[in-house]
Amino acid sequence: MDKAERLALFQMWFSDTIPHNKALGLKVIDARRGFASMQLEWREEFVGNPETGVLAGGPLTAMLDGCCGMAVATMLKEPMPFATLDLRIDYAKPATPGKAVIAEAECYRITHSVAFTRAFAHHGDAKDPIAAAAGTFMLGTKGQVTQAQSIGAETKI
Amino acid sequence: MSALLERLAEVRKSGDVGRLAEAIPYARWMKIAPENGTGELLTRMRYHGDLIGNTFLPAIHGGTLGAMLEMAAIFHLLWETETETVPKIVNITVDYLRSARPVDVIASAKVTKQGRRMVNVFAEAWQDDRSKPVATANAHFLVKSSDDAPPSL
Repeated sequence: MDKAERLALFQMWFSDTIPHNKALGLKVIDARRGFASMQLEWREEFVGNPETGVLAGGPLTAMLDGCCGMAVATMLKEPMPFATLDLRIDYAKPATPGKAVIAEAECYRITHSVAFTRAFAHHGDAKDPIAAAAGTFMLGTKGQVTQAQSIGAETKI
Repeated sequence: MSALLERLAEVRKSGDVGRLAEAIPYARWMKIAPENGTGELLTRMRYHGDLIGNTFLPAIHGGTLGAMLEMAAIFHLLWETETETVPKIVNITVDYLRSARPVDVIASAKVTKQGRRMVNVFAEAWQDDRSKPVATANAHFLVKSSDDAPPSL
């Protein structure tokens, strides 16, 4: 599977078929073992302050949660259901109105039960972040495994 | 004065607290609005298909729960405290306790500590049973207009 095919699969299982990610229009930019990147276009309905056009925290929270989850999925050699246990977001500076936001997440440690992730959201320069996130995921939660949760095995990333 | 604070002044007269959400595009899009029918200010995220994060369970996307807890904290600060500015979020930590089913989510918020510039807020979200929260959050908000404003303001 080449990189374009792999990214198309990530786009399908992490955005197109997850209703909220699709509603946000999340675009998968990159995925490799332990790393995931997505882009959120600026849209009027994501605005929290209509006077300034600055994004609400919500779309960033949802994107960072999704991006951290995708980074976890790249680490799973065996498909397994998992769920966010906790998520912390630090809002470093307001997003610039009209500009797309990029999220980059890293899964830096995975154990039998828990995966640890960190992520940043920015406008293209990771050293100038809009938000920083730390997310913890519980592995082996109940329910059927989804395609998104099988992608590590599927792509042999 | 911001449109949201103008709306707040109107809502204080009319009592129709749900109209606060109309001034926030994201709240309208997400169908998140405050309500005070029971005398307590609560924030409701009305269920719609775009909230789903896991179609297999099915379950509501964790990001939307974080988003509505943040909005619940903001509505609480606007309505229950004497804030003169729109509270500015500094950070939020969300704990996910149960998967959220495809029905409405309701949240309450309370101020844990009110400082001169910084407020610490706790928020809790549930579905049918308030004693079984689906997620909780702690958040910090700046509530002073500007750090470079003279201290007398």
